[in-house]
Amino acid sequence: MAFIDYYKILEVDKNATDADIKKAYRKLARKYHPDLNPNDKDAERKFKELNEANEVLSNPENRKKYDQYGENWEHGEEYEKARKQQQQYQHSGGQHGGFEGFSGFSGGGDYSDFFESMFGGGQRGSHRNVAFKGQDFNAELHLDLKDVYTTHKRTLTINGKNIRLTIPAGVENGQVIKIAGQGGEGANNGPKGDLYLTFNIANNTNFKLDKHNLYATVDIDLYTAVLGGEITANTFDGKVKLTVKPGTQNGTKVKLKGKGFPVYKKEGEFGDLYISYNIVLPTNLSHKEIELFSELSKLREK
Amino acid sequence: MDKNNWILLQTICSHYQVESSFFTNLRDLGLIEIEVIEQSLYINENQVHNLERMIRLHHELEVNPEGIDVVFNLLQKIENLQKELITTQNRLRLYEN
Repeated sequence: MAFIDYYKILEVDKNATDADIKKAYRKLARKYHPDLNPNDKDAERKFKELNEANEVLSNPENRKKYDQYGENWEHGEEYEKARKQQQQYQHSGGQHGGFEGFSGFSGGGDYSDFFESMFGGGQRGSHRNVAFKGQDFNAELHLDLKDVYTTHKRTLTINGKNIRLTIPAGVENGQVIKIAGQGGEGANNGPKGDLYLTFNIANNTNFKLDKHNLYATVDIDLYTAVLGGEITANTFDGKVKLTVKPGTQNGTKVKLKGKGFPVYKKEGEFGDLYISYNIVLPTNLSHKEIELFSELSKLREK
Repeated sequence: MDKNNWILLQTICSHYQVESSFFTNLRDLGLIEIEVIEQSLYINENQVHNLERMIRLHHELEVNPEGIDVVFNLLQKIENLQKELITTQNRLRLYEN
């Protein structure tokens, strides 16, 4: 358990007045408030630290205790004694130590071990406003690209609850889907929170994906490229026969309409598949082959 | 109208101890929609998420309704940019091996 320098967190010095602390806290809160920093874990962590620092330093009793024991917090015995006194104090039903000053921000709630060992858990949240609407849950779902080629059902366990979901084909990497009413319970009959599911989709296939279009490279041998011919290429879910035109250049792209990835929530609609030909030159030529290539080359000489 | 998805504004006012004028201010700025059903003010359940955000900004950061309007416009921009970033990052996969 590490000592936490609450003064440093609020960027004030040890002689800071209550007004200095309040001002510093307000200024930093305007910077790191979670409602102003969506999807920012760093800001969320900083905001929690700020709240904790504020709950200690804005309360004269807490601040005094912190200043007294804070630096010597490793001296377990003293520390433990102080802690027990604190608990007795609370159990006796006397005046609650609660955090006065300005009302706590939302989004706090988690305290560090350091805080808990010094101030106990009993004081937490005494002034917090419980949200009317239930808490939103965030979850990440890791899938393979193959999984999202078809619409399918899946059972997820979120906060100990099983939720059966339909995963629509064509859902994209990084996409967030809101599932209404699958979050925490509301207060005072308030609506339930929602579940925000972020899709994390790994592509372990030989295809590259751009929106709904797929891209693949297919090797063809020199003779097919020069003379033309038929080849079989893989599509995402099968095979397709392709006619290669005589004189096909390296890197030539062909578009296979409708052989791409399904379009999200548009049943039966697919992107296209683009195949690039990679012409493979023969290597390790035999004497005979070298002879024949030389002859061919002479035919082209002017 | 089905009252199931509508929440009496008074319930939210008393839960958060906010004056109803705060909500009418937000409505006048076009930030929320308030519905009158049988002479009572209601708000749709799907707006509660944003409304609670507005209440927090007001209570916790002392942002007034005009400020909230500015914040929400900027947050919308951030959201769009984050979406664009994800799309661009996905596209980048095309060029990486």
